[in-house]
Amino acid sequence: ADGTTRHTTNTNGGPLFVYVKDGRIVRTTPIDLDADDAASWTIRARGRSFTPRRQATVSAHALSLKSLVYSERRLLYPMKRVDFDVHGERNIANRGISEYVRISWDEALDIVSGEIKRMKRQYGPGAMAIYQSSHHSWGNVGYYLSSLPRFGNLIGFTRVHPNPDSWEGWYWGAMHHFGNSLRVGLPGPYGIAEDCLQHAELVVYWSSDPEKTAGAYAGSEGTERRLWSKDLGIPSVHIDPVFNATAQLMGGKWIAPRPATDPALAQAIMYVWVDEGLYDKEYVRTRTTGFDQWRDHLLGKDDGIPKTPEWQEPETGVPAATVRALARLWATRKTHLVPGGAGLGGAGRNATGAQWARAMIMMMAMQGWGKPGINLGAMQFGTPLDFSFYFPGYADGGISGELNWTASALHNYVRMPHVLTANPVKQMVPRQRFPEAIVNGHCEGHLWDGMTLEAQFAPYTYPMPGYSRIHMLYRYGGSSFGTIARSGRFVEAYRHPSLEFVVNQSIWFEGEAKFADVILPACTQLERWDIGEWAGAGGYAHDAQAQLNHRMLVMQHKCIEPLGESKSDYQIFLEILNRMGLGAVFSEGCSELDWCKRVFDSSDLPKHISWKKFLEKGYYVVPPAASEALREPPYFRWYAEGRKKDAPEPSPLPSQYAEEFGEGLQTPSGKIEFVPTTLQRHCPDSEERPPLNRYIPSWEGLQTKELVARFPLQMVSSHSRYSFHTHHDGKDGFLNALAEHRVRVDGYPYWIINLNPDDARRRGIGQHDLVRLYNDRGAVLCVADLLPTVRPGVIKGYESSAEVDFIQTAKGMVDRGGCLNLLTSDRRMMKGTEAMATSCLVEVERWDVADFAAV
Amino acid sequence: MKKWNLIVDVAQCNNCANCTLAALDEHVGNDFPGYAGPQAKDAQPLIEIRRHVRGADEHMDMAYMPAMCNHCDQPHCAEGAEGAVVKRADGIVLIDPFKAKGRRDLVDKCPHGAIQWNEEQQLPQIWIFDAHLLDAGWTEPRCQQACPSGAYRALKVSDEDMRALARDEGLQVSRPELGGAPRVYYKNLHRMNRRYVAGSVVKREDGTLDCLQGCHVTLLRDGTPVAQATTDWFGDFKVDALPDEPLSYTLVFEHPGFETVRMAVRTDAAGNSVEV
Ligand SMILES: Nc1nc2c(c(=O)[nH]1)N[C@H]1C(S)=C(S)[C@@H](COP(=O)(O)OP(=O)(O)OC[C@H]3O[C@@H](n4cnc5c(=O)[nH]c(N)nc54)[C@H](O)[C@@H]3O)O[C@H]1N2
Ligand SMILES: Nc1nc2c(c(=O)[nH]1)N[C@H]1C(S)=C(S)[C@@H](COP(=O)(O)OP(=O)(O)OC[C@H]3O[C@@H](n4cnc5c(=O)[nH]c(N)nc54)[C@H](O)[C@@H]3O)O[C@H]1N2
Ligand code: SF4
Ligand code: SF4
Ligand SMILES: [Ca+2]
Ligand SMILES: [Ca+2]
Ligand SMILES: [Mo+4]
Repeated sequence: ADGTTRHTTNTNGGPLFVYVKDGRIVRTTPIDLDADDAASWTIRARGRSFTPRRQATVSAHALSLKSLVYSERRLLYPMKRVDFDVHGERNIANRGISEYVRISWDEALDIVSGEIKRMKRQYGPGAMAIYQSSHHSWGNVGYYLSSLPRFGNLIGFTRVHPNPDSWEGWYWGAMHHFGNSLRVGLPGPYGIAEDCLQHAELVVYWSSDPEKTAGAYAGSEGTERRLWSKDLGIPSVHIDPVFNATAQLMGGKWIAPRPATDPALAQAIMYVWVDEGLYDKEYVRTRTTGFDQWRDHLLGKDDGIPKTPEWQEPETGVPAATVRALARLWATRKTHLVPGGAGLGGAGRNATGAQWARAMIMMMAMQGWGKPGINLGAMQFGTPLDFSFYFPGYADGGISGELNWTASALHNYVRMPHVLTANPVKQMVPRQRFPEAIVNGHCEGHLWDGMTLEAQFAPYTYPMPGYSRIHMLYRYGGSSFGTIARSGRFVEAYRHPSLEFVVNQSIWFEGEAKFADVILPACTQLERWDIGEWAGAGGYAHDAQAQLNHRMLVMQHKCIEPLGESKSDYQIFLEILNRMGLGAVFSEGCSELDWCKRVFDSSDLPKHISWKKFLEKGYYVVPPAASEALREPPYFRWYAEGRKKDAPEPSPLPSQYAEEFGEGLQTPSGKIEFVPTTLQRHCPDSEERPPLNRYIPSWEGLQTKELVARFPLQMVSSHSRYSFHTHHDGKDGFLNALAEHRVRVDGYPYWIINLNPDDARRRGIGQHDLVRLYNDRGAVLCVADLLPTVRPGVIKGYESSAEVDFIQTAKGMVDRGGCLNLLTSDRRMMKGTEAMATSCLVEVERWDVADFAAV
Repeated sequence: MKKWNLIVDVAQCNNCANCTLAALDEHVGNDFPGYAGPQAKDAQPLIEIRRHVRGADEHMDMAYMPAMCNHCDQPHCAEGAEGAVVKRADGIVLIDPFKAKGRRDLVDKCPHGAIQWNEEQQLPQIWIFDAHLLDAGWTEPRCQQACPSGAYRALKVSDEDMRALARDEGLQVSRPELGGAPRVYYKNLHRMNRRYVAGSVVKREDGTLDCLQGCHVTLLRDGTPVAQATTDWFGDFKVDALPDEPLSYTLVFEHPGFETVRMAVRTDAAGNSVEV
């Protein structure tokens, strides 16, 4: 009626309608389902019926998309650093300092393809590294696991190997107790929400804030369901140093341990269970191994220290009486535990992260995991959707043809035959060690590979014999300063003479883009075609759509033409490869829209909707299971009942069963192991990851007295409420209007940190004062938001500023963009792993305007 | 005559900011002649989430109140506006983007602080209830459509029906003392403007402290009981929705196994906690 055309798209925070008029985006809204869309499911519980609202709900960041498209920070033309001459002086030391000049696409592509060829000629395989981030704009064609590896494989590159950032404690710790390596050590989602609503009598949220994280990708879908559980009177407990958004909405008991002390709290709870006989003895006897040794440790028979509630109190700050009450309540009620928003959890990403995640599994083992009402996940996971309907997730490799580092071989390859691609370069660099690799010329890493429990024990080194050191970096995106531990390391790496050429392919001029020699401007997802399933991550997060109320497959329309001279990532890759004679191999003659059609054809969609109709309507809702009898049974029920596995997931792989296929778990014993065999075999004497899960205080916590004397505050760097990591932050976008995201002082939008009012008063800090947050690693200017939601002694800030903005001041170099990871530790969580652990101690002081004066 | 009203449930709001962002998305860069001029990209949102912290410890409470133009029936902003402020028959108030050009004075006329000044357009602006969309057939404003928690309910009903609903559901308007007859109503507003007393009760047996469940708590004002509560598993209790002024109370703790304890409290802050 108003002259707009309604398109659809999909984001990390849910699908959207995109209204366009005269080639301009007018508005974006959540998608309301209509009468033609499949019916919704109903869960019957305690005499009531629950059916979700007929809408695809979204997260805040999704609704800021329009502002990102029209951001003044968009890169609209190819650019070159002014003092970079590919044939002469490169002025490498000026990366991050010098300005840029606009160049033509021809010049940019000639430089990049020329340098790729020179690398091969001059240094041989591996001289170019490709480095992407953990996330991307949604869609199976443009994704970083799709077009990018296809491009890279056709050239050959040193892989910048990610650490399992989301899962650290689960991957390096918890999975040794129960398997699930193909889920990176997390439990599966099936049937959980229904089980919780029908049977649970208590929900324990531990390091868990699904109102903020939406699990991952799930819009605001869990909110309505959590409110049902509240309506039913299922009480909740929130264990978090921060009174988080979920605790604020749900109410219940807030228990606030000091950061990274949770394993002590968990042990004290388990001590009470042992001491008072409050655990499932039959389950422990028949479904687990090693309990006697664990019980004796809790009782202090091995080390003389009973792990009583009184023992943990000075460490965690949680009163012993509260711990006893929680232990009794938990054990006498059917309890759902929610570690992290849906698995995950910031507690698993700090110094004691593996101890904590291990404890979560051990606690479930003591309470009979899988019995009705006793499970992991509560309401964020496990809606009764139809998981048999096939549509590839993003980690299933899209158009990559990459069978080694995506789940394509397991899933989509056979359904969408396309030119297979493989990277001939075996050399890898661990992402968290990239700066050392460049600056020191060597480093060591440990594998993230979920095929087996043991892959992670294999160290690999850089450089690898037969390959070149890295002399060229192809950086895709630019988030490192915001998201990698002690990210200040990247400045030196970028200015190192051995790094002869840096190209950055980004949408916005932010973060590391400013450290490149040549910048290639990519367009946003609204300016190109793509296709994807909402929250369909695939791969390690198989059936992650179980967080949604409706499964939704979305056509991601090219809503507007690319702004300026920006191009889709796919098109950029194609044009580089055209200069190398590889264009046709890359594209197979397909446009992005053609690839969307091929993905469509590879899925179950054509059985239900025509391509034309799908293109036109923009989405399809998968009908839920036709009857309640066809719903997936609750996860682990089969295990609790000693049956063969009945969960519709590909893990563990057939090779992973020690006894019979489908019987028991992936562990060598097939049971939940209190003292894991795999750790006993491969790191029996590890001080930092002992097979017996002892409490080892943080290496940068309150027990590190010398540091505490100088930096007395513990910083929690959790995920952003309103942005999706760096994506959607800064860029002059709508989120800058939210006072809990950024606050302007003298016009400059600063990052927010939360400080307890007592800690602030002692330092003369007032509400919304500018403050300098610092330790030996760096200093960041932020705006202080004083809130008793953080326990005293703790500073909470979000992890992922997109902006990095170093300025010289009277107090030395500070970043006023808000990259808190300049302060975190890059020490590995535990020796023998590649686990990020962002624990750190900081001090904070009021910042005076006079301090800006550079000396 | 049916008119638009908006009901916002404070207890339901999770501070996700979707409503604020939807309002920015709708107005930034978009011109709706007759309804509203385009907002600049760094404009103040027309829906603001007000945050209220009560208490300062484990019993604390955080609540969020989305605030916007109240679409008052006797709008203060219309006084002396010379027709720049329009009260529509369906209850919605609009500031005419043509007639109101340059009328910065209107900003201060709204006692609720609901008018934003658009420097670029030289226009005073309010949340227009998405009148332009309702007029085009939308059934709800964007804030409601974008709200995942069901905190919003936009209702087109007669004034009598709305009065009855407000009575039945205990709805309140924001700052009624300012007058103007707002059409935006709130539920559970006590989370924003009432005080509470909360606490934890523990027992000591053989030197061990434990939470005391089932302890009966009575709150007395001048010797008269005004509220009762029972401690939960954690020995916690809470008495909410007390008057928003510093008052003295007596707390009486009774449990069959223990001696009765009396304690004086004063509601000096929005949330007071005691340890027993
Ligand atoms: N201190 C601390 N640090 C942490 C964490 C923590 O809890 N605490 N959490 C960790 C976790 S779990 C994670 S997952 C990581 C996330 O860390 P990252 O993955 O590094 O962060 P993102 O912001 O997701 O990075 C995405 C990048 O891709 C770019 N991008 C998006 N779409 C496109 C596109 O279509 N084309 C191109 N060319 N570029 C695109 C974005 O602009 C951005 O630069 O952070 C980790 N870091
Ligand atoms: N809005 C939004 N949603 C997201 C993301 C985002 O960036 N923004 N990122 C997505 C990604 S990639 C991931 S991996 C998930 C991450 O999801 P999570 O890992 O669950 O998120 P976090 O915010 O890191 O941690 C959750 C809570 O743990 C608390 N916490 C931190 N340290 C400790 C501790 O030592 N002990 C205890 N008990 N609690 C602690 C934090 O205060 C926080 O409230 O979220 C996903 N969802
Ligand atoms: S809230 Fe303010 S701007 Fe809105 S109608 Fe009332 S007086 Fe006018
Ligand atoms: S959209 Fe709803 S829940 Fe979110 S801030 Fe607004 S009122 Fe609150
Ligand atoms: Ca499946
Ligand atoms: Ca609706
Ligand atoms: Mo993650």
